[in-house]
Amino acid sequence: MTEYNFAYLDEQTKRMIRRAILKGLTIPGYQVPFASREMPMPYGWGTGGVQVSAAVLTPKDTFKVIDQGADDTTNAVSIRTFFQRTAGVATTTATSDATVIQTRHRIPEEPLHEGQILVYQVPIPEPLRFLEPRESETRKMHSLEEYGLMHVKLYEDISRHGHIATSYAYPVKVEGRYVMDPSPIPKFDNPKLGDMAAIQLFGAGREQRIYALPPYTQVVSLDFEDHPFEASKADHPCGMCGATDSYLDELIIDDLGGRMFVCSDTDYCEARQAAGHKGKDAA
Amino acid sequence: MQANTLSGGFADPATQSAHAFRSVMEAMARPGAIQDIHGAAPPAPLSPAMGAVLLTLCDTETPIYLAGDMDCEAARAWLAFHTGAPFVGPAQCMFAVGKWDALAPLSVYPIGTSEYPDRSATLIVECSELAASGATLTGPGIKDQATLSLPEVDAFQDNRTLFPLGLDFIFTCGERLAALPRSTEVSRSSSEAIAQVGAS
Ligand SMILES: [Zn+2]
Repeated sequence: MTEYNFAYLDEQTKRMIRRAILKGLTIPGYQVPFASREMPMPYGWGTGGVQVSAAVLTPKDTFKVIDQGADDTTNAVSIRTFFQRTAGVATTTATSDATVIQTRHRIPEEPLHEGQILVYQVPIPEPLRFLEPRESETRKMHSLEEYGLMHVKLYEDISRHGHIATSYAYPVKVEGRYVMDPSPIPKFDNPKLGDMAAIQLFGAGREQRIYALPPYTQVVSLDFEDHPFEASKADHPCGMCGATDSYLDELIIDDLGGRMFVCSDTDYCEARQAAGHKGKDAA
Repeated sequence: MQANTLSGGFADPATQSAHAFRSVMEAMARPGAIQDIHGAAPPAPLSPAMGAVLLTLCDTETPIYLAGDMDCEAARAWLAFHTGAPFVGPAQCMFAVGKWDALAPLSVYPIGTSEYPDRSATLIVECSELAASGATLTGPGIKDQATLSLPEVDAFQDNRTLFPLGLDFIFTCGERLAALPRSTEVSRSSSEAIAQVGAS
C-alpha cells in the first residue's frame, strides 16, 4: 500500500500554508503570497483550493466539493476522492452536513452556518490584473487604495451596454479597504459573501496567493449611485424544483433548440424535489 | 539535554497539528472566541496551549523571540528540538512568545509594509486567565460584539490604527486560546463600542 502524507502535503508545506491562511484572516481581502506546491492534478483543477483544503482538513471533517454547483462532475468527484483517501475524511453532497466545502465558481444556495469553512478555487486572484499586468504595480495600487481605474472600467461597461456587463468575478470591496476578486462566481452570489457565518478561504495555485474573509465581514460589490449593483439571474423558476430564488443553468434539451432552466446547485434542487417541490419540466 | 526536551511534542504530528491549527484558525477568524487546543506538553513556563500553537505554526522558517521568563534553557531546548526555529530579537521575529508585560514595548515588532502587510509579527501572549469578559470587541469575524479579558485596551486600540499593517495576537492559558487580529476594534465597555459603531 502507498504511504501518503496526511492530506497529501508534507508538514512543513502545510505549516507555511496555515501561516498564510492566518495572515489572510487578519487582513481580510488582502492577497497573501505563498509557495504553491505541485499537486497530482492539473492547475485548471483548482490546485490552490486543494492546497488550502489540505491545510485545514482534519480526519473528523465531512467534506463536500462542488464544481459550478454540481457534486458529480469529474473534477468534484476526483478532489473528493483524493481527500477521502489521503485525509480519511467523510464525504457528503449535503451542504448542511459538510464542515469543509471546496467550491469552483458557486456559493451554495443554502445559507452556511458557524463551524463551516468554504474553500474557493481561484484562477486569477488579482482583480486589477486586466487593468495592469505588472504585479509590482497592482501591489502598489492596493497599498495606496488606488482603485479609480477599476471604477472607470465598470463605468465604461455602463456607457457601452447601459449596465455593468461584468457578470462573473464581479469585484468587491472588503471592510472598506481591499478590492478583492471573489473568484468566477456569478454576481448573483456576491451578496452571500458578506456577513456569512462560515469562514471563507480563497486559494490560487498557479498565481500562488491565498486570501480570506472571516465570518461576518463587510463585503460590498462595487457600483455607482446611478447604477446600483444588481444580483441578477435568469428570470425563470427552476424547471425541476420550481425554485424562484436560486441561480439557474440554461440547458438545451433537444435538437429543436428546446431549453430548460434548472438550479445550478444540484444539492439544493434535489433536496427541494425530495421535499415534494415540482417544476414545470419535472417528470 | 534533559529528558523532557525530547518529550511533550505531538505524538501524531500530522493529525494533532491539523486539529490544533483548526483551533488557532477558528480563534483568529472569530476574535474573542475561546477555543480548546490539545496535544502538547512543553516544559514550564510554556503552557500546553502555547506549546501546541508553536508546534503547529513554527519551524526553521519562523524566527521566534522569547521574552522575559520565556527565554530560558528549558523553553529554548524544547523549541529547538521540536520546531528547529531560530531565536532572534523582537525586531526580527515572526512570532514573539511571552507574558504581556515582558513583551512590551510593542513598537519594536515588525508590523509589515504597505505592500506586504502580512510580513508582520504574531505575538503569543501567555495569560494567567482567559475569560469572555472585560474589553468589548467588534469588527470582522464578530457577529455584533464579543468580550475578552485583555491585559489592557490602549495598546490594541493603537495597533488598530495601523491597519492594514499591525500586529496579531494569540492569548494562551492552560489548554485554551483566543485571538485578536489587527482588524478588531477594542473598547473598554459595551456602551463605548456602541458609540463607536454609531459614529462610524
Ligand atoms: Zn431546482
